[in-house]
Amino acid sequence: MLTPAEVAHVARLARLELTPDELDQLGRQLAAVLSHIDMLNAVDTSAVPPTAQVFDLRDVLRPDQARPPFPPEAMLANAPAVSAGLFKVPAVLEAAGDGA
Amino acid sequence: MSAPADLTFLALHEARAVLDSGTVSSLDLTESCLARIAAADPAIHAFLTVTADLARRQARESDARRAAGTVRGPLDGIPMSLKDMLLTAGIPTTAGSRILEGFVPPYNGTVVQRLLDAGAVLLGKVNQDEFAMGSSTETSAFGPTGNPWDTTRVPGGSSGGSAAAVAAGMGYFSLGTDTGGSIRQPAALCGIAGLKPTYGRVSRSGVIAFASSLDQIGPFARSVADLALVLGVIAGLDPLDSTSQPVPVPDYRAAFTPDLRGLRVGVPREYILDRLPPAVAGAIQAAVAQFQLLGATLHDVSLPYSEYALAAYYIIAPAEASANLARYDGVKYGLRVTDGGHGADSAGADLMSRTRGAGFGAEVKRRIMLGTYGLSSGYYDAYYKKAQQVRTLVAQDFAQAFEQVDILLGPTAPTTAFRVGEVSDPLQMYLMDVYTIPANLAGICGLSIPCGFAEGLPIGLHLQARPFAEATLLRAGHAYEQATPWHLRHPDVVSGASEK
Repeated sequence: MLTPAEVAHVARLARLELTPDELDQLGRQLAAVLSHIDMLNAVDTSAVPPTAQVFDLRDVLRPDQARPPFPPEAMLANAPAVSAGLFKVPAVLEAAGDGA
Repeated sequence: MSAPADLTFLALHEARAVLDSGTVSSLDLTESCLARIAAADPAIHAFLTVTADLARRQARESDARRAAGTVRGPLDGIPMSLKDMLLTAGIPTTAGSRILEGFVPPYNGTVVQRLLDAGAVLLGKVNQDEFAMGSSTETSAFGPTGNPWDTTRVPGGSSGGSAAAVAAGMGYFSLGTDTGGSIRQPAALCGIAGLKPTYGRVSRSGVIAFASSLDQIGPFARSVADLALVLGVIAGLDPLDSTSQPVPVPDYRAAFTPDLRGLRVGVPREYILDRLPPAVAGAIQAAVAQFQLLGATLHDVSLPYSEYALAAYYIIAPAEASANLARYDGVKYGLRVTDGGHGADSAGADLMSRTRGAGFGAEVKRRIMLGTYGLSSGYYDAYYKKAQQVRTLVAQDFAQAFEQVDILLGPTAPTTAFRVGEVSDPLQMYLMDVYTIPANLAGICGLSIPCGFAEGLPIGLHLQARPFAEATLLRAGHAYEQATPWHLRHPDVVSGASEK
């Protein structure tokens, strides 16, 4: 069972700002899904290696060839805020100037 | 060959034949599809963006190539749609999410580029569950899609827009993505054919990532032969996707046979058919009998760990999603929300948290939370590592079964199309993918084809085969389709009553 504090902690880790109602609802829904997932405890996996990727490919290489890059304008075209050809973000430090 | 009156319900290979005969142009096909979209899509809402001007221009270019004798292949001049997970240069791509509303990709995904290079005509981008998280297309931030057989019902999901568009004659094929059943389940609920290729068969470069070890792009069409044509164009190694594999791409139609002598099939013992609605179970049993009539031999097989696949999936897929969706931070593209929040973090975290809190829908938040929890300190071994170990067992199940049979048969989905709003409990919705999820965990290929109707709603037959055995899968599906009438039925999307 998840406590409200645990739900709020996970939301903080996930960088999700949630309303009190969302936190409450998510806590109950996650608990229900996790109780279903707990059926995995019935499986003996003590001698079973984990699978992260089914075909066990590793160190796939391709030639390191220079290719024309995307122009900066194309990369900035979807940005919420741009300044002097750069992505603009709010000031992180109070004295660092104007935020976005 | 004279042109048929209604071009929209031709199969892709039939549309190809009328183009080749010269009786119909690509522009004729395109205008027919655009007219169908105008007439039927207000009630269905498959399309998020219709690219009518682009489609007409591409169709005219195709017709010019045909006149000049420089046709590029089987898809030249064929109208299609693409799930909004696939990046299309200059055309909005949203993944069904508010957080990407207005996003215009600067480049085409590999499969998109291959289709455009092959001369296919883009009708538009189609609806989906937000970031492909859902089984009904109801989690789209832009509203649900209706099932063409009954628009009060869902088309399945997450690629519901692709399935609905193809079922309603709004294009000859579509591409979707399948992470746990998102091609096969909507194909089943909409009465068409849908293929999830083997993991690594089709490049994922330029598809918006959900769960990178499970995602795979695949086609929807109104016949299995059409899937073979599309797969032949999109499959193959791509230097931009290090998980795509250097396995040769055969001529999939060359493997087609009128019968299935020599094919070994099995229905896994764990697929308890009497838990299904009787009409669905009956259709699956009749389909198995049809395979035997075609010459296939039936064998006893077992997938003992399949019952654990769903639980493992709901740790692995959300874990990968929680990492993949970290990129939506309000900085480089997409939505940015700087105020109106109620948190008390530092400015950087505030921007990210507020943007994500406002931009993601409820199901996406659930999955991110679930994935973050399963990966978090103290829970990693109990959840994430455990799920990865169970994944190994699920994959071993299939490897053993495929020593005895070439094809596994069963239902694609546990129900026919349910009503919009009918399934509100998240876990109940997750169970819609109980038959399709194991294939994604194991990386094998799977196909859904229509095998009957229950109260006017389509039923899907699920065929699974070993990795890179798409030719066997398509051969089996094609032979079954040739012996049965189900794929020839189409919904009456113009007057609103289904054609029975």
